[in-house]
Amino acid sequence: MTIFVDIAALDDIPRQGARVVKTGQGCVAVFRTADDRVFALEDRCPHKGGPLSEGIVHGDRVTCPLHNWVFDMNSGEAQGADTGMVRTYPIRVEHGRVLISAALVARSNAA
Amino acid sequence: MKKKLVVIGAGMASGRMLEQLLATDPDAFDVILFNGEPRGNYNRLMLSPVLSGEKTYEEIVTHDDDWYAANGVDCRFGEPVVKIDRETRIVHSNKSSAPYDALVIATGSAPFIIPVPGKDLPGVVAYRDLEDTQAMMDTAGKDAVVIGGGLLGLEAAAGMAARGAKVTVIHLMGHLMERQLDPAAGYLLQKDLEKRGIKVHCKGATKAILGNDRAEAVLLEDGTVYPADLVCMAVGIRPETRLANDAHLEVERGIVVDDAMRTSDPHVFALGECVEHRKQLFGLVAPLYDQAKVLARTLLGEVAEFVPVQTATKLKVTGCDLFSAGDFAEGEGREDIVFRDPGRGIYKRLVLRDDRIIGTVMYGETGDGSWFYGLMKDGTDISEMRETLIFGPAFQGGSKLDPMAAVAALPPEAEICGCNGVCKGTIVNAVQGGAHTLDAVRACTKASGSCGTCTGLVQQVMALTLGGAVADAPAGMCKCTDHTHEDVRRLIKAMGLKSIPAIQQELGWKSVGGCHSCRPALNYYLLAEWPLEYSDDRQSRFVNERNHANIQKDGTYSVVPRMWGGVTTPAELRAIADAADKYNVPMVKVTGGQRIDLLGVRKEDLPLMWADLNEAGLVSGHAYSKGLRTVKTCVGSEFCRFGTQDSTGLGIRLEKLLWGSWTPHKVKLGVSGCPRNCAEATCKDVGVVCVDSGYNISVAGAAGMEVKETEHLASTPSEDEAVEIIAAFVQLYREQAKYLDRPYKWVAKVGLDWVKAQVVEDVPNRRALVERFEISQSVYRRDPWAEHSTPSETPKWAPLANLTLEAAE
Ligand SMILES: Cc1cc2nc3c(=O)[nH]c(=O)nc-3n(C[C@H](O)[C@H](O)[C@H](O)COP(=O)(O)OP(=O)(O)OC[C@H]3O[C@@H](n4cnc5c(N)ncnc54)[C@H](O)[C@@H]3O)c2cc1C
Ligand code: SF4
Ligand code: FES
Repeated sequence: MTIFVDIAALDDIPRQGARVVKTGQGCVAVFRTADDRVFALEDRCPHKGGPLSEGIVHGDRVTCPLHNWVFDMNSGEAQGADTGMVRTYPIRVEHGRVLISAALVARSNAA
Repeated sequence: MKKKLVVIGAGMASGRMLEQLLATDPDAFDVILFNGEPRGNYNRLMLSPVLSGEKTYEEIVTHDDDWYAANGVDCRFGEPVVKIDRETRIVHSNKSSAPYDALVIATGSAPFIIPVPGKDLPGVVAYRDLEDTQAMMDTAGKDAVVIGGGLLGLEAAAGMAARGAKVTVIHLMGHLMERQLDPAAGYLLQKDLEKRGIKVHCKGATKAILGNDRAEAVLLEDGTVYPADLVCMAVGIRPETRLANDAHLEVERGIVVDDAMRTSDPHVFALGECVEHRKQLFGLVAPLYDQAKVLARTLLGEVAEFVPVQTATKLKVTGCDLFSAGDFAEGEGREDIVFRDPGRGIYKRLVLRDDRIIGTVMYGETGDGSWFYGLMKDGTDISEMRETLIFGPAFQGGSKLDPMAAVAALPPEAEICGCNGVCKGTIVNAVQGGAHTLDAVRACTKASGSCGTCTGLVQQVMALTLGGAVADAPAGMCKCTDHTHEDVRRLIKAMGLKSIPAIQQELGWKSVGGCHSCRPALNYYLLAEWPLEYSDDRQSRFVNERNHANIQKDGTYSVVPRMWGGVTTPAELRAIADAADKYNVPMVKVTGGQRIDLLGVRKEDLPLMWADLNEAGLVSGHAYSKGLRTVKTCVGSEFCRFGTQDSTGLGIRLEKLLWGSWTPHKVKLGVSGCPRNCAEATCKDVGVVCVDSGYNISVAGAAGMEVKETEHLASTPSEDEAVEIIAAFVQLYREQAKYLDRPYKWVAKVGLDWVKAQVVEDVPNRRALVERFEISQSVYRRDPWAEHSTPSETPKWAPLANLTLEAAE
């Protein structure tokens, strides 16, 4: 079972935009679609590391800002002719708050 | 031995039933099919498009000879059955007879003919079959009267009008289609019909059809006479029950059937418009298709049950968008929500009872019809969305209008094709299963295969499902649309479209919310067209413009302050140096356009750095924008011994005029003080070379992927005129060019001579261009840094949360 932690209000993320969350596993891009769904993806394009959080969001897809690879935010899979995959993380919205998988909260420096 | 199935009537209901039956078990029966018409099954609903000339008869045939042959159906077309002998189980036509084990009566309806004098004259027809349709197709240039302003009558009227007839519709009631529409919607419909030259006479009772050998005119009770070479009676239908009556089957208004479509004789079944089920008659195909499924299963010995559902109505008259479903009469405890836009001829009305929709009428804009219809069928409690309900699904939850949001918001069980009862989920499954064209989807789901009014909706569901993966090569500006850039620009203006969702909605975008190539273009076209009304959509901008800085390969940014004409001061340089120190800028570099580039800045530091630079009087250099970048200058007459004019001063003046303006692509200028051309003005988008006699302006140079020398646009002795010509040129480029075409590409397309005519020779036009440019600049000549370096904006540039810190405590 996934445990979720509250990270922000939904309104802190612009519609068809994204914000970055720093986590123990690196930067995660948190996207909000035009119809208020949210997605959490690793903020690194598998092509040349572009920050997906700065891409243009269309429907439930995002286009990498560097060289226009397109990713399906549901699966993290590259679309069209490109092949590659971005990690996705559990995320959801409850009462206007964004909750993300607690697995992203890093434990204090490993003993 | 196979059992014998005899079917009377090759209409829409029996056609569907046979398909189901033969597909499920081709070997169960030997089938004999009688039909009164001398042909097999065609799509009766499509007679109207045939009448109006939009389709041919061949296109609406649903089962051709090959189909009957392949399925071993013994066809007896043009042989009306005259008697059913239930004792011996034999049916007789006047030519042949056939024994049966099971008999299906599917004789449809007979049109109702009002018993007035003259009703039997030649030239009086009903609207039921191909013969009627052909009679109506021959009325071009003649007078035609349609009696009856219901669905069928209006389709007949519009069809004949499209063929060039002078048509009058006589309707008994106070407004058209009174069974489907309320008076307001009826009025809009009447207006639309009158616009296409159809005369409408409401509250008109027919007294007689006049004529000697054939119909010549129609006389009304009030004495009005309308000339008529053809009279079409479309006042209603009654179930065709004569055969069943004669055979002493139980008949009320229609042939009585039970839930399994069985008549009072267990060997005889019936379906279609000729039946009565639980006191109800049927006049639209959707329930008939359900009956067809049920009967096919009954015949195969399975248990199936017909449950009628409410149906919605659409009028198939091109250009009249109408949707009606449920009950919209006035009554106790009912409330209305009404929306009107008289200018656009739009009317929508919802009738509510106990917070549920019980009826809906829409005219002019019916896209949300199936959503409302779904809410109505499901009895959804709408109290939560009451305030925005009438605006449809796109507005629910406060989110703004998005093209196809209506379709996207539909649940999988929402009905898309009413005729065939195909829901969204079925279409989605078909598409995912490989049906990627409309024909393929039709073939495997039947969606949009009958009356066809849902074709657009089906295509939208397909587009939604296919998303970016549509295989067909895009002909338009991107895969989201077939329109070209030029078309879109033209339509934005012509249709007064003022937002991206409005464009995508009105021009039928095939994707949800567009894509990374069309959105920035649309955003640009809108702000160029409606500078005062349109508000920029940040999320439709590429990262550089959204963040007002250039993104670098490692995700850091570069900051380039504007230095007007390449001139700076020690104080500015100090501020730049301080900022570079304070924010640990790894590289400070002078650019080719004579500005200073601070490279490698972290995103969250951008607003802070801008605030510092703003304080020293520096503003954004727009080194990232599709807009004016730089004006490169030489020192000119102020210092240089060769200089003929003040090239630095002119450069600064041009930069101050043009900065902040968004353009289809980046724009760079150069001003040189003499032909030695130290500012390299002759490979810029606009270059000025000063000479003794004044200013030589040349345009359409390039020094990027392509290297190209500028072409001469104009020479003028006056600096003011030079500035005016350049501003007009930039505005013309802004108004005309395709997004992402640099000026040299655009000029190559339109021709330099045309550009000259617009901005040099036609002085009033030049001034008008400059004026429009100024209007736009009154909004856009602004420093974006200042807007984003305020204390309330700055936090938005930092990470949303830092979960690494939380863990460290
Ligand atoms: C012009 C027009 C437009 C329409 N538009 C729409 C629409 O947009 N949407 C909608 O839902 N519905 C529409 N309808 C109604 C729809 O066509 C009917 O509901 C449907 O066709 C009825 O199907 P059916 O099989 O019961 O009868 P039919 O399709 O009428 O078939 C009955 C067949 O039985 C034959 N027959 C009758 N008696 C005998 C006999 N004794 N022996 C042998 N054969 C016999 C007839 O010749 C006929 O071919 C329209 C109808 C018309 C005429
Ligand atoms: S272009 Fe002519 S005026 Fe300008 S710096 Fe060079 S030589 Fe001097
Ligand atoms: S880094 Fe994402 S497309 Fe190249």
